[in-house]
Amino acid sequence: MSKITLLEAVNMALQYELQRDSNMVLLGEDIGLNGGVFRATANLQSEFGPTRVMDTPLAESMIAGVAIGMAVQGLHPVAEIQFMGFIYAAMEQIVGHAARLRNRTCGRLSCPLVIRAPFGGGIHAPEHHSESTETLFAHIPGLRVVIPSSPKRAYGLLLAAIRNPDPVIFLEPKRIYRAVKHTIANDGHALPLDSCFTLREGRDITLVTWGAQVMETLEAAEVLAHKGVKAEVIDVATLKPLDMKTIYSSVAYTGRCIIIHEAARSFGAGAEIAANLAEHALQDLKAPVVRVCGYDTVMPLLRNEHYYLPSSRDIVTAAEKLVSFN
Amino acid sequence: MIFNPLNNDMTSATELHSKRQYDTYPLDSKQLIAAYKVMRLTRLFDHKCIALQRTGQIGTYPSCEGAEAIGVGTAQAMRSDDVFVPYYRDQAAQIVRGVQLEEMLLYWGGDERGSDFKGPRQDMPNCIPISTQCTHACGIASAFKIRHQKRVSVCSLGDGATSKGDFAEALNLAAVWQLPVVFVINSNQWAISVPRHRQCAAKQLIDKATAAGFTGVQVDGNNFGAVVTTVAAAIARARAGKGPGLIECLSYRLSDHTTADDASRYRQKRELEQARQQDPLTQLSAQLRARGEWNDSLEAELNAHCHRHIDRAVANYQNTPIRSAESMFEHLYAERPAQLDWQFARIKTQELNDE
Repeated sequence: MSKITLLEAVNMALQYELQRDSNMVLLGEDIGLNGGVFRATANLQSEFGPTRVMDTPLAESMIAGVAIGMAVQGLHPVAEIQFMGFIYAAMEQIVGHAARLRNRTCGRLSCPLVIRAPFGGGIHAPEHHSESTETLFAHIPGLRVVIPSSPKRAYGLLLAAIRNPDPVIFLEPKRIYRAVKHTIANDGHALPLDSCFTLREGRDITLVTWGAQVMETLEAAEVLAHKGVKAEVIDVATLKPLDMKTIYSSVAYTGRCIIIHEAARSFGAGAEIAANLAEHALQDLKAPVVRVCGYDTVMPLLRNEHYYLPSSRDIVTAAEKLVSFN
Repeated sequence: MIFNPLNNDMTSATELHSKRQYDTYPLDSKQLIAAYKVMRLTRLFDHKCIALQRTGQIGTYPSCEGAEAIGVGTAQAMRSDDVFVPYYRDQAAQIVRGVQLEEMLLYWGGDERGSDFKGPRQDMPNCIPISTQCTHACGIASAFKIRHQKRVSVCSLGDGATSKGDFAEALNLAAVWQLPVVFVINSNQWAISVPRHRQCAAKQLIDKATAAGFTGVQVDGNNFGAVVTTVAAAIARARAGKGPGLIECLSYRLSDHTTADDASRYRQKRELEQARQQDPLTQLSAQLRARGEWNDSLEAELNAHCHRHIDRAVANYQNTPIRSAESMFEHLYAERPAQLDWQFARIKTQELNDE
C-alpha cells in the first residue's frame, strides 16, 4: 500500500475493475497511449489492450451515444469526457437516452454506463475548462451524479458507479486531483452511493459541500475550531439522488446550515438543499440557511478565477455571522 | 442542380434500379409474396392507426405510407439475432422483426409497455430525437465486434436525419472502427415541410459515406427487391468484418409527417399524385401478378386476414388496463432509491383519491 492522489485513485479503481469485470471497457479522447490529458487512464491500454481501452475520434456526443449502445448490449462502458466544458454536446444522449432507456422500455433494456469528466476551477486552465455545471445533470430523473472529494472516496465511489446498473455521471474535482495523498488498499471495496459522508463532527453549525470545496470547507472548519465554533462537515458525494436524511439529522443538532458550492448561485444544488430544509426541517433551524457559492457570472478567465471561487475565508465569515444570528 | 426523384433530368430511382439490374438477384416468388403480405398488413395497420388517432383513441401517429418496401426489405435482410435500431417511421420493419401490432398501438397510444417488445428483445425502441440512434447502432456493433459475435446492427433514419452531426459522427466512427453496422436511409424527400433539396446540396446522401471513407449505395426504395438485395449485401459485408454500409433508399412520404401535420400546406398535390404512381405496394403486386403469382381473390383473402389481425390487435390494445400511477417510478432505476419513497407514497395516495 502506498499513498496516492485522487487522480491515481481513479486510475487504480479503473484498473481494478477492468481486471475483475471482463465486460468493462473504457472509451474517450486520448485515453489510450496518452493515458488521458490528466493521466487518469495511464498504462491501462498497454495492460488491457486497445479493445478494452479505446481511443475515439473527437466527438463528445458520439462518445456518449456509443457508450449507450455498448451498455444496452451488456458491456459496462466508462467514457471519459475530457473536460466538463465539452460535455454539452453529449447532453442530448445523456438526457434524452441514457437517463430514460430503462424507464421507456419497462426494464427490457438498461444503460449501465459511467461518464467521467473533470470539472471545476482553480487550476488556471483556459476558457471552457473551469466550470461547475453539475446541476444540469442533477436535475435529470434516471441519472446519478457522483462527485468524489478525496482519493479514498474517488476509489470507492468510482467502483460503486461502475458496478451500478444505471447511468452515472462521475465528476472529478480536478483542482484536488493531486492535492492530498491517502493510503488506500487496492481491495476493490466500493463505497455506498446515494449517501453523504460526514467528514467532521460538530454541534454548532452544519457545512454541506462537495467536490473541491470540501478542501476549503475542511480548512474553514479548522479555523472555526480555533475560534471555538464546532462545525460539522458533510460531503454530499452523491448529488443525485440526494441524501437529505444525513443533512436533516445534522441540522437537527446544529440548527444552522451553510451550503458551499463552486457552481453559480442561482438554481444551483444549494437551492435544492435549502428548499428541502425549509420544507422539512424548519422547526430545527435557528437561523436562515445560507449559501456560499460562485457568482451568477460567467467563470472569469484564469487571472481572476480566484475572485469567483469560494474560499475558506468566505466560509469562515459566513459561519461566524450565522452562529451569532439570533 | 436540385435533386428531385420525379424530375427526369436527374437519375430517377427507377432508372437506378434498372441500371443495377436487381431483378437478376434470385428472389423467389415465395419471398416476394411474404414481403407483399407484410407490406399490405403494414399499410392497412397504418390506415387504422390514423383512424384511431382521428377518433381520439391513440395519440399523435407518424404514418409510414410509402416506406413499406424499405422496412420489409431491410428487416427481411436481417438475421433474428441482429439488432434493429429504428427511428419512428419503421412500423414495416418492426412487424417483420416481431414487434406486435398491439405494442405499437400501446406506444403511440401513450403506454411505455409498447416498447417492451416481447419478440425482438434486444432491438432498440423507437428513437424520437432525430439521428441520435445512429451512434447507438455503432455502440451495439462495437459490442458485437468486441465479443467476436457475427452479428450486425442495422440503423434506420430519414433523409432529414442526415443533416445532423450525429449521423456524420456515427459514419465516421463506423468506418474508423470498421464496425458491423448498416445505415438505411428512408430518403422520402420530406423532413416535415423541408424538401430534400433544402436539406442537403449533395446530389446523393450516400456521398456522406465517401466523406467517412466508405462507399454507399443508392437504391429505389419503392422496389422491394432492390432494397432487400442491397441491404442483404451490405449486411453480409458487415458480418464478414468488411466494415459499415450506407444505403439510401429513394422513396416518397405518401403521408403527412404525422397526424399533427397537414402536408397540403407545403406540398403540391400534383407531386403527391405522381409519387403515388410509384407506390411500392402497387409495384410489387404488379410484379407478382405478371408472374402469375397473385390475383384479385388472393388479394381479397389477404385483406380479410389483415383486417382480422388488426382488429384483434386493436381489441387487445383497448382491453389493456392503464398502468398504475406509481408505475412511473417502477423502472426509473434498477432499484428505487430511498430518496424517492415519499414521492412514490404520495402518488399512490393521489391515485386512491382519484378513484
